[in-house]
Amino acid sequence: MTAVDTRLVPRAIGAPLSRLDGPDKVTGAARYAFEQPVGEPAYLYPVQATIAAGRITRIDTGAAEKEPGVLAVLTHENAPRLASTDDAELAILQSDAVAYRGQFIGGVVAETSEIARHAAGLVRVQYEEHPHDVDLRADRDDLYKPEKVNPGLETDTADGDVDGALASAAVTLDETYTTAMYHNNPMEPHTTVAIWDEQGLTLYESTQGVHALRRSVAPVLGLDTERVHVICPHVGGGFGSKGYGHPHVILAAMAAKLTGRAVKLALTRQQMFFLVGYRTPTIQRVRLAADRDGQLTAIVHDVIEQTSRIKEFAEQTAVSTRKMYAAPNRRTSHRLAALDVPVPTWMRAPGECPGMFGPEVAMDELAVACGLDPVELRIRNEPAVDPETGQPFSSRNLVACLREGASRFGWADRDPAPGTRREQGWRIGTGVAASTYPVHRIPGSKATIRVEPGGRYAVLIGAADIGTGTWTTLTQIAADALEVSVDDIALQIGDTALPMASVAGGSSGITCWGSAIVDAAGKLRARLSDEYGGSVPASGLEVTGELPPNPDAERFSMHSFGAQFAEVRVHEDTGEVRVPRLLGVFGVGRIINAKTGRSQLIGGMTMGLSMALHEHSVMDRNLGQVANHDFAEYHIATNADVGSVEAIWLDEDDPYVNPMGSKGIGELGIVGTAAAVANAAYHATGVRVRDLPITLDAFLR
Amino acid sequence: MNVDIELRVNGVVRTLTVDTRTTLLDALRERLGLTGSKKGCDHGQCGACTVLLDGRRVNSCLALAVAHDDADVTTVEGLADGGQLHPLQQSFIDHDAFQCGYCTPGQICSAVGMLSEVDDGWPSAVTADLTASVALDDDEIRERMSGNLCRCAAYVNIVPAIAAVAR
Repeated sequence: MTAVDTRLVPRAIGAPLSRLDGPDKVTGAARYAFEQPVGEPAYLYPVQATIAAGRITRIDTGAAEKEPGVLAVLTHENAPRLASTDDAELAILQSDAVAYRGQFIGGVVAETSEIARHAAGLVRVQYEEHPHDVDLRADRDDLYKPEKVNPGLETDTADGDVDGALASAAVTLDETYTTAMYHNNPMEPHTTVAIWDEQGLTLYESTQGVHALRRSVAPVLGLDTERVHVICPHVGGGFGSKGYGHPHVILAAMAAKLTGRAVKLALTRQQMFFLVGYRTPTIQRVRLAADRDGQLTAIVHDVIEQTSRIKEFAEQTAVSTRKMYAAPNRRTSHRLAALDVPVPTWMRAPGECPGMFGPEVAMDELAVACGLDPVELRIRNEPAVDPETGQPFSSRNLVACLREGASRFGWADRDPAPGTRREQGWRIGTGVAASTYPVHRIPGSKATIRVEPGGRYAVLIGAADIGTGTWTTLTQIAADALEVSVDDIALQIGDTALPMASVAGGSSGITCWGSAIVDAAGKLRARLSDEYGGSVPASGLEVTGELPPNPDAERFSMHSFGAQFAEVRVHEDTGEVRVPRLLGVFGVGRIINAKTGRSQLIGGMTMGLSMALHEHSVMDRNLGQVANHDFAEYHIATNADVGSVEAIWLDEDDPYVNPMGSKGIGELGIVGTAAAVANAAYHATGVRVRDLPITLDAFLR
Repeated sequence: MNVDIELRVNGVVRTLTVDTRTTLLDALRERLGLTGSKKGCDHGQCGACTVLLDGRRVNSCLALAVAHDDADVTTVEGLADGGQLHPLQQSFIDHDAFQCGYCTPGQICSAVGMLSEVDDGWPSAVTADLTASVALDDDEIRERMSGNLCRCAAYVNIVPAIAAVAR
C-alpha cells in the first residue's frame, strides 16, 4: 500500500497564523459585495408573492411608476425573457404562476433604496389563489423516492437480512426522531450588484464560489459562461446558502439590463427566509437490533423530508448511517414530500448534520437498554472497514476521539443513572455523540503561480473565503509548497478572472484548491530547476497546475470522525436548558492553521448547540410560510447562550487524502452536537427528547 | 422629503442632504462611503450596524439620520489611531474573534461602548449586586455582548478578546 510520498513538509502549515485579512476586517476596510464602488448605482427592491400557490390575475404598477425617482418596475409582463427556464427556482418573472409564498413576482428600480422600497409597496397584485400544501408528515400518501440524494448518492441501500435480525435480536429499538427546518442565516445578506456592458455581465456577489455562481446563472441569462464576470473577495458567511445562484441574482441582472444602470440588491433578513434555501425538516425512523452485549446486528434508518414542488433537493440524511457502525444488516431510505414551499438547499453538513441526530440519540437509548456506557457501546461497534463498501478507511480514529474526549471530559466519574446530579435548582447531565463527515473532492480546480525576479510569488485561484480562513490557509500551503516564507506569497482569490476554483462547499476547499496550488508549485519549481538553473528568469515565469486525480480515493473510504461531549443543565422549576460545556475531539488529518481551524470547529459546535436548543423555522400552515422569519423570532445562539466550547484534534496522519494530509473541518463540528446535547439532557432529567429543538416544555410534563 | 443635516463622523464634520427615511446606517454606508458598519438585518436584531452615537452604542439601522443632526458618530473606521489599531481591534485579531468578519465592526464598536458603560457603573441583567462597582467577568461580557449576533459563532473567542483589553 505504500505510495511515493508526495506530501508537503509542514512548516507554515499547522502554525496558528493570525488571519491575513484580519486588519481589513477589524477596521471596516474589507469590502463585501454591496460595498464595491460602482458609478451612479440604482437600487432594486423586490416584490414578493403574498400567496403560496396560484397565479397572478392582475398586477398594477401605475402608482409605483409615478413615484419620482423610480426608474423601472419589473413584473412578469415586462421582464426580459430568460434563455433557460430549466431551473425553476431561477426562472422568475416568466409567467403568472406562483409556486411558493415570498417568490419574486416583481421588483422596483429607483435612484435610492428608500424610493425603491416605498414604491415596491405601491405595486397592487390580484391573485387567483389555489389551495396550498406545506405539511410534512410521515403518513402522507404521496411521498416519493427520489432518483438520487445529494450529491448523487444512492437513495436506498439494503444489506443482509434486516428483518430477520430485528426479529431475533435480544434488544431492539424502534423510535422516530425529528429535526426542525433551519435557515442558514449568514450575517451578510445575499447581495448582487449587477452591471452590463459590451463584454457581458459583471456581478459583485456574495457567493461561496465565483465560478460555480456564473455556471448556474449564465445559461439562465443566455450568456456564454465567460461573459459573466463574478467578483467576491470577502463573503460574510454562507453555510451552504451561497453555494450557487438564487433568484436574487437573476432579478438584479434583469433590472440592470432593463435600466442600463449598475443595480444594487441586498435581500432583507426577512426575504432571506423565502428565497435562498434552508435545511429541510426531517422525520427519521431508526431501528436498531443488538445482542445483550450491545453488538449491533441491524441498523435501519428511514428518512422522510421535503422538497419544493418546482425543484427537487433531496437531502442525504441517512448516508452517514451506512458508514458508522459495524452491523451486518443495514437498510437506509429517503422519501420526499413535494410541497408548495421554497426550494431547500445545502446547509452546513447537509445530510450528516440532521442524519446523525436520530441514530446518535438511538445509540444512547441502546446503551441504556443494554446497561452499557455509551462510549463503550460505540467502541464495541467500531467497524474494521467501511461497512458499505468493504474498503479500508484512509484513517478512522473515532475510538481514539471517544477515549481522549472521555478522559478530558471527566467521563469516568459519571454516574450512568439519569437524574442523579442536582445543584442549586439545576439537574445536571452529560452526554456523548459521534461526528463524521466525508472527505469530498470536487474536480476542476486550477491554480496559477507567477514569479518575477526579486518579487513575491503571485498565487492565483478563484477560491472563496467565507470566514473559513482561505486567505490565510492557502497562503500557508503555497509557502510550504514553494518552500518560502508566507511573506513571499501574494494570494489572489474571489474572481472569475482567476483560474477556475470549485465551490467552498462540502469542506472540500483545502483539498481542491490546496492540491491545485501544490501541483502548480511543483511544476514551477521543476521548471525553474530544469530550465533556469534554479533562478527566476528576467522575464519571470508563470505556471498553472491543477487538482490531480487521486487514485487512493478509489481504494480507501475517506472520512473525518469525532466525538462530542456535552454538559447540560435543566432547571428544575422552569425547564430552562443550558449548555455550560462542550468538548469536541476530532480526527481530521492535519490542521492547516491551528488558530483558524479551531475557530471553525468551535463555530460548528456552537451552531450545533443553536440547532439543539434554539433554531426552528416554524411553518404556518394557513399562510404557507415560515412564521418566525426574522432574527427576533428565529433565535440563533447569542453570546449569553454559549459557555465553554473546546475543540481539540488528534495528531492524525493520513497519507492518502491529499498532499497536505488534511480532511476538511468546516462541517464536521456541527455533526453530532445536537445529539450529544439531547443525550446529556436525558442524563440530567431522565426525559428522552427525540424532537429538535429541545425546549423547556419537554421537562415540565 | 429631503433635509440638510450635519454629522461629526470620526472627528470630521460632514454635511449632507438626506431623505427623511434614510437611516443613519444607510447615510454612513451609501452617502458617506463608510461601509465598515454593516447591514445584517436592518431591524435592530443583529447588531452588525452598531456605531457609537454621542459616545453610546446604538443600532444605526434603527436611527433615522435626520433625527441626529449635529450628532457625534464614531464608526469602526474611526477607532484606530492613525496606523495603530485600537486595542480591541488588535485583540480581535489575536484571539481570532471572528471568521467571516461581517459582524466584527459591530462587535468591536459594541465592545467599546460596553466598556464605557461598565466604567460608568451600569449594571446588566446578570449583575448580582447593583450597588457595587461592576466586576466584568466572562458572564458579564457574554450578557452585555448578546445584542451582537455572530453566525460563525466566534463567541468563545470574542469573550477573551474583550476581557484581555478590559482587564
